[in-house]
Amino acid sequence: MQASIHLTFVDYSILCIYFLFVLGIGFALKRYMKGSGDFFLSGRSIPAWVTGLAFLSANLGAQEVIGMAASGAKYGIMTSHFYWVGAIPAMVFLAIFMMPFYYGSKARSVPEYLKMRFDEKTRAFNAVSFAVMTVFSSGISLYALARLLETLVHWNFWTCIFVSAFIVLVYIFLGGLTSAIYNEVLQFFMIVLGFSPLVFLGLKDVGGWAALKQKLIPVATEHVPAFAPDTWSRSWVHMGGAMENPMGIGWFGMVMGLGFVLSFGYWCTDFLVVQRAMAADSMSAARRTPLIAAVPKMLFPALVILPGMIAIAMHHASGGQFLPLAADGSPDYNMTIPVMLGRYFPTGLLGIGFTALMASFMSGMAGNVTAFNTVWTYDIYQSYLVKNASDQHYLWMGRIATVAGILISIVAALAARQFNNIMDMLQLVFGFVNAPLFATFLLGMFWKRATGHGAFAGLVLGTCSAAVFQGLSLARGETVSFIKGGWIAPKFLFQSSMGQNFWIAIVAWTTCFVLTIAISLMTRRLKTDEELKGLVYSLTPKQPRTNEPWYMQPVTLGVLVLAATVVLNIIFG
Amino acid sequence: MNFDLRYPVGFMFTLFGLILTATGLFGGAELTKPSLGINMNLWWGLVMTLFGLVMLVLAFRGGASKK
Repeated sequence: MQASIHLTFVDYSILCIYFLFVLGIGFALKRYMKGSGDFFLSGRSIPAWVTGLAFLSANLGAQEVIGMAASGAKYGIMTSHFYWVGAIPAMVFLAIFMMPFYYGSKARSVPEYLKMRFDEKTRAFNAVSFAVMTVFSSGISLYALARLLETLVHWNFWTCIFVSAFIVLVYIFLGGLTSAIYNEVLQFFMIVLGFSPLVFLGLKDVGGWAALKQKLIPVATEHVPAFAPDTWSRSWVHMGGAMENPMGIGWFGMVMGLGFVLSFGYWCTDFLVVQRAMAADSMSAARRTPLIAAVPKMLFPALVILPGMIAIAMHHASGGQFLPLAADGSPDYNMTIPVMLGRYFPTGLLGIGFTALMASFMSGMAGNVTAFNTVWTYDIYQSYLVKNASDQHYLWMGRIATVAGILISIVAALAARQFNNIMDMLQLVFGFVNAPLFATFLLGMFWKRATGHGAFAGLVLGTCSAAVFQGLSLARGETVSFIKGGWIAPKFLFQSSMGQNFWIAIVAWTTCFVLTIAISLMTRRLKTDEELKGLVYSLTPKQPRTNEPWYMQPVTLGVLVLAATVVLNIIFG
Repeated sequence: MNFDLRYPVGFMFTLFGLILTATGLFGGAELTKPSLGINMNLWWGLVMTLFGLVMLVLAFRGGASKK
């Protein structure tokens, strides 16, 4: 059966109203964009609840909504590791330990922090690799959106590309980061209000949580290879070894690879999310931003993973009738959310759900474009090309960079359509670059002896070690290729690509960590203690306890968030 | 300073909520078929309208208490 959604006049009206509000917000914010600080950093004036929800929303692209539901169907509640292990701890760490340096240093971007802490070459490596990665990610979002619309509602691919790109272009061009942030908050509420009814109806249809667990038993036992009956409904008990679960990873690889390296590497160093915290109106607000984001993040598995689990249970119980099938007869997991929307939502509510889905794609694009235009203007253009122009000149450049970023995204989306492997290739390279990053920041922020030469060498060689390890490893069932690995010689075999990627990350991080320390010890420090004040833990005065009430103290909130996450892990483990 | 985000959030969701509620009231009985017999448009429409109104109230009070 094909997945298809039929939209009526009411649904289209909802979609149009949404876009009118999105553009309207952009127009309304234009007059506040007086200087580059307003355009790129919202003048550091945004309240914590807004930056907190935007922080979460910028991360929550549609690939997550669609992808997590697909993973929920494919792997069951183990997918929650991406949230409770692979996000929350890093968010808490960022809030309590790293935001003081990002915000206190007055760095205008993550690469700028690297320049202040280390040197220009480290900044350049991070700025260029990040700029390329982020603008291509935007293109991938655009491509995925157009593909989905083409499949679901049979709109013309090119129309989707150009209309979506144009809308994002307009509201960012006009209102800069503030426009992106405000629309991200709008998107957050759309997703929550748009998908909660889906969870409610799905659970009702399957008969409740206990009935769902029952129906998931044959999903596990009839799998080829078979797994223990409760594999889809428990997240920790079958993590003993890679062969015990459909994800193909053991607890160590998962905790170290996903929970530590990839998670901290993303949440603590990716300017896309950090930029939202940097826009907050005070140090306390900046530190609370990731924590405010962590609360809904903890609860999101109910919203995105649960529908996937319900879908696979229903698919199995109906003898393969619920989800559309891919070419090889297995379920097309990526169609989980669209199928459920079409199945359970009447027109009206369908308009809301469909708009929420489109909103999350476009918001992901917008986040990437704002990160791109800031890093381009401050870290590449101002640092190396035109150094001493007026602030208005950089504001103008930011707008040009927005247009350029959108154009490059369109090109990337078209390339992804031509060469399907491009998307996989890009994700792979991004993984190589991200993995060592956290080691650099960790040493930079907590070890004053780390030098620029050490940081640069660690980053470059860490990235290379990721590529080399990928060339030496392969997942079961995959053939040797540049994308899948083993192109040097497949010496390390893994149960799954996911497991392989987690271990590539561990290798890259460790290489970067060790080499940064070694080379730092062999090279001279080029910055004095005075220059590093506010950039390194041991040289920064402790944050004074503010007079705010207990529920606004970052450390208290952080502890509460972590405790709640541990409880969730125990309940569903 | 930027304008209070709670205004557009409030207006948009109140509007959506009213549209859904109207669809639920006047859309006809076949609209309840996909949602397991429950008139989701009506109920969720009311929830959304309430959410939108709460946002507007918060925005209005936030503006009024500014010095």
